[in-house]
Amino acid sequence: MTVPDIEWFLKMAALTDPLQHHHKHCDDLFADAEAVALGGDWLRAKESVTRFQTEIECHFRTEEELLFPAFEAETGMTIGPTQMMRLEHAQMRELIGQMQTTLAVEDREGFGGVAETLLILMQQHNMKEENILYPMCDRSLAPQEAVLGRQLQDRIDLACQMT
Amino acid sequence: MHPNLSFEQAPPISVPYRFFLTAPWFGIAAGLLLLVQGDALLVSRWAPGTLALVHLVVAGFMLQAMCGALLQFIPVATGGNIWRPHWLAALVHPLLMVAAGLLVAAFLAQRPGLFMAAGYTFALGLGFFIVVVSLAVWRTPAQGATVIALRIAIAALLVTLATGVTLATGLAKGLLLPLPPLADVHAAWGLGGWALILLAGVSYFVVPMFQLTPAYPAWFSRGMPWALVAVVGIWSALFPDFSEPLRSIVLLSGVAVAASYGAMTLHLHARRRRKVSDTSFLFFRLAMLSLLLLLLSALIPLFWEDERITVWLGVLALFGVFFSVINGMLYKIMPFINWLQLQRYYGTRGTQVLPPNMNQMLPESRMRIQFHVHLATLGVLLLAVWVPVLARPAGLMLMLDCGWLAFNLLQIGLAYRHFKDRVPEAA
Repeated sequence: MTVPDIEWFLKMAALTDPLQHHHKHCDDLFADAEAVALGGDWLRAKESVTRFQTEIECHFRTEEELLFPAFEAETGMTIGPTQMMRLEHAQMRELIGQMQTTLAVEDREGFGGVAETLLILMQQHNMKEENILYPMCDRSLAPQEAVLGRQLQDRIDLACQMT
Repeated sequence: MHPNLSFEQAPPISVPYRFFLTAPWFGIAAGLLLLVQGDALLVSRWAPGTLALVHLVVAGFMLQAMCGALLQFIPVATGGNIWRPHWLAALVHPLLMVAAGLLVAAFLAQRPGLFMAAGYTFALGLGFFIVVVSLAVWRTPAQGATVIALRIAIAALLVTLATGVTLATGLAKGLLLPLPPLADVHAAWGLGGWALILLAGVSYFVVPMFQLTPAYPAWFSRGMPWALVAVVGIWSALFPDFSEPLRSIVLLSGVAVAASYGAMTLHLHARRRRKVSDTSFLFFRLAMLSLLLLLLSALIPLFWEDERITVWLGVLALFGVFFSVINGMLYKIMPFINWLQLQRYYGTRGTQVLPPNMNQMLPESRMRIQFHVHLATLGVLLLAVWVPVLARPAGLMLMLDCGWLAFNLLQIGLAYRHFKDRVPEAA
């Protein structure tokens, strides 16, 4: 097996893989919700945005209740990257709330602006997690991989079942 | 990137904005020049007025926008630390403005002293810029295709500067330099090395982010900049004897590599998960289609020789590819920089209320109108290469296009100030 294959295998086996894959799934839900809302189908848009909101909320909580505490306990870093990620989760929750508000009053322009802002914030956030925080977690939490990895996977699976 | 994952390393808003807000004014000046001098500028690439027009676009519009974007992009996307960005921008921005102005005046007035002054000012301003950003991109621990592309692009900018200063000195002092071949080398490093590789490196980062496309394949994102720089290197090795058929083969190879980036980006666009086509996306798509058209156009001289084909290629590259993509990118990044900086500012004022969203910085409809103006301007500019009577109307339209852009960008800048002065009360 060549070196890139080993890297690929290790990457595939990473603890945070379920979260990384779930980012893509949430992106899809976001894209669906945005397309439906900007198409003017408000009833379906409310369903789509709610589905997206439920899944991403579950994602945030999985990180905030499982991954971040485990990382903080292991490294002692409580005011570093995890704090920043929590702050960005709060900002995204606020923007998703604004999306719901604009949907309620069928404000297409307003929805488009909030969705645009959320998309870039969400993508930057995901990039920071996938490129920096998740690899840090994978390294520092490697001894707990079997248990914690399963828990993360279960929580994400549950989120997908709920929607 | 800094391990606290914050955007604290992003420069103050005035750093990129002074470049962004200046850039369109060089476009307006280019339009004015075309309006005044008319079709004489679209006959040969070597006419002094044409060289002035070209440099208003490349050393004015493009260089301002790209330097501003780099100062924002390097810290945020690669975690590279730029040394005192505020001071750097305060020094480099006026120097580049003056240098571009001097160079254009030198071409128009054909005064040796102006060429010399332009050369020195560019060497000082751009030289300082290159040193500082090089330190940032070479020291960053970040890896990946974007960082590699940025490093190559900045190295290419250095070669562009060196050859440009040599040309200016040659023109000023009447040195016996082979000027046309040297200008070919200078243009290849400037457009193919610096501008296109920088564009590719930024695209690797922003295309998947803005449109939810798959990532550029690793073989492509790592290979394309090297392939392009190799072609530009071979092109330079031909110097000073650019004889056929080698010249055409190398030129076509370079355009083909550039077009492959356009084709790959369009391919990724076709697979995007986001279904909304915003104005920024339309500009990006126009630029990529122009790259493909550039390849088709570069084949024409194989069958039919006409100096105007070179002018056509220039119009397509400058206004179709680079102008469009920069325009589209500014519409995306400036509203988001506003939002990001306001959110940070509100935080320091003790409120967790989020700033107004990106569309409230500038409505999408305002951007869309300017896109249509730009599309029409590009069409008339391309037609004017073959229909001389359209040259002056094309100049007028270019002024309108760039004026509209300047106005829209100013609105975004003013929106930042407006919302900054109205910090909402904490809920």
